[in-house]
Amino acid sequence: MFESETAPTYHLETVEDNQFVLNLGPQHPGTHGVLRVVLHMDGEYILTADPVLGYGHRMQEKIAETMTYTQVLPYMARMDYLGALSYNQAWVCLIEKMCGLEVPRRAEYIRVLCVELNRIASHFLWFGAFLLDLGAFTPFLHAFADREKILDLLESVTGSRLTHCYFRFGGVGADVDDDFFAGAQAFVDHMRQHLPTYHSLVTGNVIFQERTKDVGVILPFETWGYGLSGPVLRGSGKQYDVRRSEPYSIYPELDFKIPVEQSGDCLARYLVRLREIEESLNIIEQAVAGMPDGPVRSKVPKIIKPPEGEAAMAVETPRGELMIYLVSDGTKVPYRVKYRVPSFANLSIFSHLARGQLLADVLAILGSLDMVIPEVDR
Amino acid sequence: MNWSYAQNIITGLVSLVKGMQVTMTTMLTPSPTVEWPSETAPLPPRFRGHIMLVADESTGFARCIACGACSRACPSNCIQVIGEKPEGVKKKSPTLFQLDFTKCSLCGLCVESCPVAALAYSRDYALAGPDRQVYSSMDLLTGFASPLTEQCHEL
Amino acid sequence: MMITEISILRTLLTIAGITLVVGINAVFVVWLERKVAGHMQFRLGPTEVGPFGLLQTVADGLKLLSKQIIFPSSADTPIFILAPIICLIPVFVALVPVPFSKTLQAHELDIGLLLVIALGLLNTLGILLAGWGCDNKYALLGASRAVAQILAYKIPLLLCILPVILLAGTFSLREIVVAQQESMWFAFYQPVAFFMYLIAITMETNRSPFDFAEAESELVAGFHTEYSGMMFSLFFLAEYTYMFLASAIASILFLGGWLGPILPGPIWMLLKIYFFLFLMMWFRWTFPRVRVDQMLTFGWKILLPISLLNFLITAGVMAVL
Repeated sequence: MFESETAPTYHLETVEDNQFVLNLGPQHPGTHGVLRVVLHMDGEYILTADPVLGYGHRMQEKIAETMTYTQVLPYMARMDYLGALSYNQAWVCLIEKMCGLEVPRRAEYIRVLCVELNRIASHFLWFGAFLLDLGAFTPFLHAFADREKILDLLESVTGSRLTHCYFRFGGVGADVDDDFFAGAQAFVDHMRQHLPTYHSLVTGNVIFQERTKDVGVILPFETWGYGLSGPVLRGSGKQYDVRRSEPYSIYPELDFKIPVEQSGDCLARYLVRLREIEESLNIIEQAVAGMPDGPVRSKVPKIIKPPEGEAAMAVETPRGELMIYLVSDGTKVPYRVKYRVPSFANLSIFSHLARGQLLADVLAILGSLDMVIPEVDR
Repeated sequence: MNWSYAQNIITGLVSLVKGMQVTMTTMLTPSPTVEWPSETAPLPPRFRGHIMLVADESTGFARCIACGACSRACPSNCIQVIGEKPEGVKKKSPTLFQLDFTKCSLCGLCVESCPVAALAYSRDYALAGPDRQVYSSMDLLTGFASPLTEQCHEL
Repeated sequence: MMITEISILRTLLTIAGITLVVGINAVFVVWLERKVAGHMQFRLGPTEVGPFGLLQTVADGLKLLSKQIIFPSSADTPIFILAPIICLIPVFVALVPVPFSKTLQAHELDIGLLLVIALGLLNTLGILLAGWGCDNKYALLGASRAVAQILAYKIPLLLCILPVILLAGTFSLREIVVAQQESMWFAFYQPVAFFMYLIAITMETNRSPFDFAEAESELVAGFHTEYSGMMFSLFFLAEYTYMFLASAIASILFLGGWLGPILPGPIWMLLKIYFFLFLMMWFRWTFPRVRVDQMLTFGWKILLPISLLNFLITAGVMAVL
């Protein structure tokens, strides 16, 4: 039924002499999920690398068309499970934008605080997984020990550790207590002390430097064409962050920098993420210090029915720019939802980067792009 | 001999020793591991387990009025409520309240949608059952707690 | 040599003794590795089976014994079966000339060191066969990596051993230790060779940061991807025995083997061996993996010149004195 015309062609490609076809994945420790990469290799050198997607396809966009706006909310956390709260924020802000709902300032602060904690947790996991790709096991668990502190904090607020569903239209699900603020502040203090050990364990390490320097270089002029965003883009010298370029929530009031590295290699992407952790710590500190009192949820209608029309909302997730585009026909069910996910766009440059590299470098590149496969496949 | 050659080797070695220092200090610091099941970590008050019915203090029966708001709010269609009105009583009461926990995504929309606050999160986290049936049709009406809870305690 | 009752008995005792050493060492080293790894990563390592989890390896071994061995349908079955055995047997035999004290030695050989080095090479043959025999692309890549790196570490390794042989004037492992009794440990005469040797044995035993023959994040499990059950654990046994052997040779060559105050000789020997094993674990649980070409560059451009220079200087000084 589904044969011939639409069948992918990579099976049919003739393999020349001395070439070696390796299926990296869908079950492979280096691909972090069900990504499959078809590699044509000459010895250990990669001639072509074709990512094959869709093993984790769950029709998220179609599902959204069958549910009420509130019911879509929990599905947000299932796409990028590491940056669940960013997705929460994107959906919630989008609906608020469409319906013109008010959000209390305290709720905005709590949102930003939680999203930034989530961002740090995501970067920690990336840090561990990237080092795992490079063959070092210990940094992985060092990062996890710190990530655990964030998960504990977020669990005390949202009730879950990974697939948070906490933000609501017009606010957040429940108010937070002072213990949480104290915990967040304690975490910031702890991380400021503890981040140097990351640098002495990993960043300065000569093997790590050798493995990442000048590997997988993305030149600045390539970035826009591939639609890159997030740390992958900022590693190539482009200062673009949705939090600054299209500000939402309370980000314009906060004082933080957008870390940028010029060299565009794996090391640059690594450094950008580690510096983003520091910036997120700054944001958390400011959010805790400036936390206003007041309600956390405004009065919203029980059944959300955005007016007919369309809207888009972009947020900066830990992986880059997420944009949700929504067409509403005025009923309580979305007419069309489109997710522009950062991982998918960032993956598009992979086969370009992989060409001519060694197998070990290809995995380093794949790791440095920081992909969440359910987000790619949706 | 080329000076930068020697310099590279030395700085490389120093960086390696630094890394080894970190792992050694970690080795000498006590581990934060909580050795479950002999010890347990505290559960946060907002922990979201599977849902359970809340008993009405005055009557001892479930507070649920079988309005079906939870089952309508559920994005995964995992709650099934059937209720009837007993004679002489004003409000409906449930005769069947079944949760398909295999489908549940623990989002908590049902708890929020309940008009009489008859649903709450259970604090069970170590769920285990002999077969799929235990999860796919959890009868929340028995003892107002999950049958799994009792099974877990028996084990 | 005549075959007498004594020699048969001696052979049997040797086999029993080495099997015992290999078995107990594997159980202990795997436990130690997991404990060290655990504590370096904010974890605890095995705690449940036996005191401090000491029997965890025994439990795992029993589990592996009871597991089915899966033969890939396209595998070259004889080679597939032979590979783990070829990996394990040479390290078994290589333990014969290793002295644990002046008298505790299976068999004294004039050329003990040469035998150990020669047998050490066979390990790579086992890896190559494993990679070739199971008809798996990852395994083949892992095996070819193992073969490609062999010269890059073997030559510096030998060049690190040569100064010691010059100092001791013998190839017999026992005599090398005896030579250190009169002077200092050779590690003090040959710090550079000692250090280089440490790196070279890390490469030789396929340990991280040079573990690209198995490189789990790149090649799934490298040459033993297709192995399961007891055949997999034979590779494991071979690896840990090889580590034991390499550490034993290191402590004999550089740290004076069984020499040491107060405690009896074999205890000193074991302490030194486990010191080296701990060092290798420490490396493994700290560093990322080196890339293949970087390792070759390192071997040829850093290890080889320095060890050669060290050897020449030693030879020159010896000639002058």
